[in-house]
Amino acid sequence: MDSIWLIPLLPGIGAAINGLVGIRFFGKRFAGVLASFMMGWALWLSLVAFWELLGTEERFHQVTVASWIPPIPLETVDGIGSFSVDWSFTLDPLSAMMLLVVTGIGFLIHIYSIGYIEHEPRGGVARFFCYLNLFCFFMLTLVLGSNFLVMFVGWEGVGLCSYLLIGYWYQKKSASDAGKKAFIVNRIGDWGFVLGVFLVFFTFGTLDFRAVAEAASHMPVETAAVGFGVISLICLCLFVGATGKSAQIPLYVWLPDAMEGPTPVSALIHAATMVTAGVYMVCRNAVLFTHAPMVMEVVAVVGVLTALVAATIGLVQTDIKRVLAYSTVSQLGYMFLATGVGAFGAAAFHLMTHAFFKALLFLGSGSVIHGMNEEQDMRRMGGLRQYMPVTALTMAIGAVAIAGIPPFSGFFSKDEILFRAYLHHGVFVPDKVLWGLGVVTAMLTAFYMFRLINMTFFGAYRGPAWGHDGAEAHGHDDAGHGRAWHGPHESPRWMTIPLVVLAVGAMLAGFVGVPIAFEAVWPWTATIEHFLHPSFVAEGAHAAEEAHHMSLLGELGLMAFSVLIAVGGIWFAYRNYVERPEEAERMAATFAGPHRVLTNKYYVDELYDATVVRGTMEGAGGLWTVDRRVVDGAVNGTGWTTIAAAWVSHILDKYVVDGLVNLTAWICGEASYVFRRAQTGLIQNYAFATLLGVFAFVTWYLVAR
Amino acid sequence: MLEITPLHYSLLSAALFMIGVIGVLVRRNVIIIFMSIELILNAVNINLIALSDRLQDLAGQVFVVFVIAVAAAEAAVGLGIIIAFYRNKETVNIDEIQIMRW
Repeated sequence: MDSIWLIPLLPGIGAAINGLVGIRFFGKRFAGVLASFMMGWALWLSLVAFWELLGTEERFHQVTVASWIPPIPLETVDGIGSFSVDWSFTLDPLSAMMLLVVTGIGFLIHIYSIGYIEHEPRGGVARFFCYLNLFCFFMLTLVLGSNFLVMFVGWEGVGLCSYLLIGYWYQKKSASDAGKKAFIVNRIGDWGFVLGVFLVFFTFGTLDFRAVAEAASHMPVETAAVGFGVISLICLCLFVGATGKSAQIPLYVWLPDAMEGPTPVSALIHAATMVTAGVYMVCRNAVLFTHAPMVMEVVAVVGVLTALVAATIGLVQTDIKRVLAYSTVSQLGYMFLATGVGAFGAAAFHLMTHAFFKALLFLGSGSVIHGMNEEQDMRRMGGLRQYMPVTALTMAIGAVAIAGIPPFSGFFSKDEILFRAYLHHGVFVPDKVLWGLGVVTAMLTAFYMFRLINMTFFGAYRGPAWGHDGAEAHGHDDAGHGRAWHGPHESPRWMTIPLVVLAVGAMLAGFVGVPIAFEAVWPWTATIEHFLHPSFVAEGAHAAEEAHHMSLLGELGLMAFSVLIAVGGIWFAYRNYVERPEEAERMAATFAGPHRVLTNKYYVDELYDATVVRGTMEGAGGLWTVDRRVVDGAVNGTGWTTIAAAWVSHILDKYVVDGLVNLTAWICGEASYVFRRAQTGLIQNYAFATLLGVFAFVTWYLVAR
Repeated sequence: MLEITPLHYSLLSAALFMIGVIGVLVRRNVIIIFMSIELILNAVNINLIALSDRLQDLAGQVFVVFVIAVAAAEAAVGLGIIIAFYRNKETVNIDEIQIMRW
């Protein structure tokens, strides 16, 4: 357990080797295997650490590697405090769970990438694995960091890697644009996060999570009656950071565009791990957030609205990865809904199950894209299950899991969230509204997910034709990687094995969080909630876990209802896209207006373009004009003034000063006219003068004596 | 027989001196001027010797020896200058030696 600092370091070393040496010298396979080996090692250490954590009574272990910032006196609310930060890592239930998710899924995705990325040029492969390992390094730093600043290092680092990986195909304009967009939108969120961190230090005089939680637990809960206090402000700032990183309203726009990156990246960074960093951060500061119920309400509302809005957009997208991207946004909304209603355990649980099934779905879509020769449009797919059976089966398992059909993992986690939302008594929002929106979203989720499955794997094949001799001249071919395409095919084993492993995970991961209602038939209920609980309360304040009970019948009824809803969505998708494909087009025509709005993603990008982007550009243009006119004008004016003054000075110099000097010289010259008569140059004249002088003196001497 | 008194020496010395002075002032040839300067110096020498004898003090005669030595040195240097000048201007006419004029 003392070697947990090694867990982030291993992928970091892998990134350094691949980045410094590999791009030039390593073969494709070797670069991938090296990176995967580092991740496998980190996974092994994580498993060991997890096992050791289970063995301890305290369930908390902190390792300080080194001092980072030595104590600096700095102003806090209680006078001058001491600002010091250590490189320290915390292993507690929450970070242990995240550790397993990141290293486990990360390892599988590294393996998968070996197969996925094999058509890239050699240096590109090493670069890819360098970024991927670097990402894991930062993500693990984020997860393990035991204070805000170490977490922030990881937080910014994953943002950087996200940018690098989205823009991996940097020759493509859309990809590099998407990378910039992700980076800039995240910057807005990070601004809030940083402000929150400043305020945390100012308020508590420390940045250590545990100490902050401990201090906050002694402060009053800032209910509506108490008013909006400093903790609420901190939480609001931190939540702004979370909306950026975890793609919530209003900062979700970068995530769908992030799909320009390679698919394993989308799976690892933009589905399973990085985007959950916001949820993780909120869970990590559960004590703070529970002391700010009004902000919790904001979190819940933003979460559920994001879930709903993203799900509706996902209904009509035709790009397979974009559907999954909006689905990710939507599921992240669920997680924030859970944190907002105080169900941090459920949020973390959903985070974990979501990591499994969303990584699975993304990798499956990557497999489809790979098999379809870089085709991403679902309208040009169909009937693929006969060409890629493993992909089809595993993706279907993922879809069932996300739709919430028991006993797959998504059912347990999503139902826990909906159940807690049902019981929640809001500050401003009427009861059951959050739950109602959540249920609607659940139905939409089931629908769009099975729409994806049906359009991709069922029905008739609608894609491009292919020649069996491999010499066909089809325009779409060779776009990806200069090789003849022999029709849709199953992906290599490097890719299918991770799919299978993830599918097993997506099936079984839910059993760690079986609802208490099933106590009679399944003795290990709510395991993960009990396990995680210590992470969500302050040290010492071992408050009993709140019991969230309603009548057994009511709880089972709620579950049955949400399952029914999900089945309804699935049936609707089956009817519209398999039984009667023309039905979908008819509906699109009937609801042309809403359909257009959804296809255009509520015009949010356009709105942001028109307001924020245009505003910034025009503001910059205005400032540029000011710069050019006023600042440059001032500089040039100074220049001209100097020249004019110099001219005046020159004139003065030339006529007045020089005139005076010349006048002096002239006067001397004129005056000397008289005297220079004496200077004949004739020695005898001088001698004569001397003689006269001598005579004069001698005479005077003789006479005057 | 007329006794030669110090007055005679002084008169001779004065005459010689005046001849030398007039020579220096009126002659144009540098060589002549130079010779005139020698006359002046020797006029002084005569005076010194005469008075040395009269006053029975050898300091005057010692002084004369110095004057002769210095005059010899002066003659050497002066003649050297004149030769150098003559090589440049091909004249020893003092009227033409006036380059220090304004």
